[in-house]
Amino acid sequence: MTSTSDRRVVITGIGVIAPGGLGTKAFWELLTAGRTATRTLSFFDATPFRSRVAAEADFDPAAEGLSPQEVRRMDRAAQMAVVCTREALADSGFEVADPTRVGVSVGTAVGATMSLEEEYVVVSDGGRKWLTDHRYATPHLYDYLVPSSFAREVAWSVGAEGPATVVSTGCTSGLDSVGHARELIREGSADVMIAGATDAPISPITVACFDAIKATTARNDDPWHASRPFDNSRDGFVLGEGSAMFVLEELEHARRRGAQIYAELVGFASRSNAFHMTGLRPDGREMAEAIRVALADARLPGEAVDYINAHGSGTKQNDRHETAAFKRSLGDHAYRTPVSSIKSMIGHSLGAIGSIEIAASALAIKHGVVPPTANLHERDPECDLDYVPLTAREQQTDVVLSVGSGFGGFQSAMLLARVA
Amino acid sequence: MSTVVTGVGVAAPNGLGRDAFWAATVAGVGGIGRISRFDPSGYPAQLAGEVPGYEAAEHIPSRLMAQTDHMTRLALTAAQWALADASVDPAALPEFGMGVVTASASGGFEFGHRELEKLWSKGSEHVSAYQSFAWFYAVNTGQLSIRHGMRGPTGVLVTEQAGGLDAVAQARRQVRKGVQLVMTGGVDASLCPWGWTAQLANGLLSTGRDPTTAFLPFDANASGYVPGEGGAILVLEDEQAAARRGAAVYGVIAGYGATFDPRPGSGRPPGLRRAAEMAISDAGLTPADIDVVFADGAGVAQLDRDEAEAITAVFGPRGVPVTAPKTMTGRLYSGGAALDLVSALLSIRHGVIPPTTNIRRPAEGLHLDLVRDVARETPVRAALVLARGYGGFNAAMVVTDERNGR
Repeated sequence: MTSTSDRRVVITGIGVIAPGGLGTKAFWELLTAGRTATRTLSFFDATPFRSRVAAEADFDPAAEGLSPQEVRRMDRAAQMAVVCTREALADSGFEVADPTRVGVSVGTAVGATMSLEEEYVVVSDGGRKWLTDHRYATPHLYDYLVPSSFAREVAWSVGAEGPATVVSTGCTSGLDSVGHARELIREGSADVMIAGATDAPISPITVACFDAIKATTARNDDPWHASRPFDNSRDGFVLGEGSAMFVLEELEHARRRGAQIYAELVGFASRSNAFHMTGLRPDGREMAEAIRVALADARLPGEAVDYINAHGSGTKQNDRHETAAFKRSLGDHAYRTPVSSIKSMIGHSLGAIGSIEIAASALAIKHGVVPPTANLHERDPECDLDYVPLTAREQQTDVVLSVGSGFGGFQSAMLLARVA
Repeated sequence: MSTVVTGVGVAAPNGLGRDAFWAATVAGVGGIGRISRFDPSGYPAQLAGEVPGYEAAEHIPSRLMAQTDHMTRLALTAAQWALADASVDPAALPEFGMGVVTASASGGFEFGHRELEKLWSKGSEHVSAYQSFAWFYAVNTGQLSIRHGMRGPTGVLVTEQAGGLDAVAQARRQVRKGVQLVMTGGVDASLCPWGWTAQLANGLLSTGRDPTTAFLPFDANASGYVPGEGGAILVLEDEQAAARRGAAVYGVIAGYGATFDPRPGSGRPPGLRRAAEMAISDAGLTPADIDVVFADGAGVAQLDRDEAEAITAVFGPRGVPVTAPKTMTGRLYSGGAALDLVSALLSIRHGVIPPTTNIRRPAEGLHLDLVRDVARETPVRAALVLARGYGGFNAAMVVTDERNGR
């Protein structure tokens, strides 16, 4: 399995479910309009919690064509991944000829958290029993225990028999799962990868654990404007949910069948800060290194980057950290490059967001439009780059850098480029 | 350019530490017993492989105790041993020259159970600040990288019991791309009532009460598997870099293949055979070069038969010694295949194939040369490790001694 690095990997199909819009078209319309999809958390009574804002997707699995048994079997995150996979397949026009050459790579940070918590409440009788009662559990509980079931569902929905995996590196999962898929195509283990990520974490235990470290916003009286990356008044991220899945193909494979090509995945790298499970070094050193290595992988100079799709979570620490990383890796070019965070509109869906941001990056290349950072009225003085406030910008966009940063210290960078 | 293993660390139900584990494994001493970590009497399955004699406070700094699940403590301990075994000083390596790739199956489930209980019985303000990461699947990779200052590429793969091999294969990719050292493997544990409840839901757990008959892969009385906790951490390096620093080498990660089973009802064959053939071919070997197969050993009749058919399809009837020492540990989820990989490397080093214990009546028609009851002394130059993850994940890896697999 020697690295055949002359194999190039392109995106030929996209499927997205995000807050504020189901499907790639609605997603892109929301982003380019600069509308926000954050709102008061409605999935459960959040009264006891510090943060009561969420970015919820109006996703109904039955309406999206899943059968009653599929709905019962799958956690919401798996449901969204399967529906996105169908959209991506239809979008690409790809049909499986040799299943052994098609693989699957699904990112998720917290797996089947919603279903697990629902089941826990029943088998523990509302937290009363430490010795949980297995007789009350759903037969699908094991699928929720092991999130590898997400990759299985996607593989079954496609009929893939190549390498299949779940990649779970916290909030960089959605970049890393696509990076992993790219690697498998490049080394020749597959010609096509169904790759992306999904998370549906809006559940009491998730809200509680982010409350405990004050990572999420407390702007409960103004939920529509609660996600404020790079703004001086930002106070944490808005918990979101969603999924994006792609059909990734080896370039010649795509060309032979005359497929549309959104963009090529030209470079990828991940690094770790080895510093703190939730904290970031202020100098952005490791993210800068990931960007530098991704550029080298792409054989591109930093000056080639036309747009940076930022992690931009809206925590005090993150936005300064990555601003420093962009300057460290790109030098003066960082000041000339538009940077925006779509989390300002659709919140932070943990492991899913990296793939959703890759979708936004590919669409920016296709449409020549850079999505804005909503809710950015007064820049943090320490965040002094061009964050494309409020309004989308038409701009020829050939190379996009998308970055992510996550608990565990993980820093990832993906480079996408227009295919001439 | 070969990728070699220069260090291993083990936390297994039949031995804490490499030497204790290997002595027990060669001698056929098992570590399966009645669950002690909680009262299992209300559950249909009551046996598990628990890591014996592990006092976390002896191994883990006190500041890490509050923020770690049991499985992360075991992983941190195994990792420290693996680095010491490799005689490597992390501080002497380049800033971004070390990476970490681990497998996980279900995260720090016991930690999660305690926090769920606090949330639902006492209220959200009682949930630990550490819950945001202590239970999630990436926790071991994160904690290992922080503990040892490893700032290179990181990764976490989740393919249930196949994960141990998939993680090592990903670590090999990083070494091939120029990372000097990658720590990898898998350690898992979800032996808490909530984790047990969830495991019971797959319908594959053995309800046997006798540790010597509850988990019988390839036996006519196979009736499910016994879960366990633990696993192994390995240190991978580029062969030339290892040679330059005079490191002792266990063996070469020579070949790998991964496939996924067809969806049910497709009528197409399962993918394990293909994974095995890919791994052997990737190693530049033929089936005749393989001296032993470490089987997945599901302990479920149909799955055992599927595996036996894959093995005989590649090697012929009784064509290669086959063993499943996990009869002594139970199935360790992401830790299982990582531990089998260590066993395969130790087989190469010591020229002995550990036994599959407790098999009294091999299932008919499997045509396997199963190494039963007592270890078999024989030179081992190349071993094939097989692993399957629930739902259809197949992985196969070939390890060789240094003279092979170039």
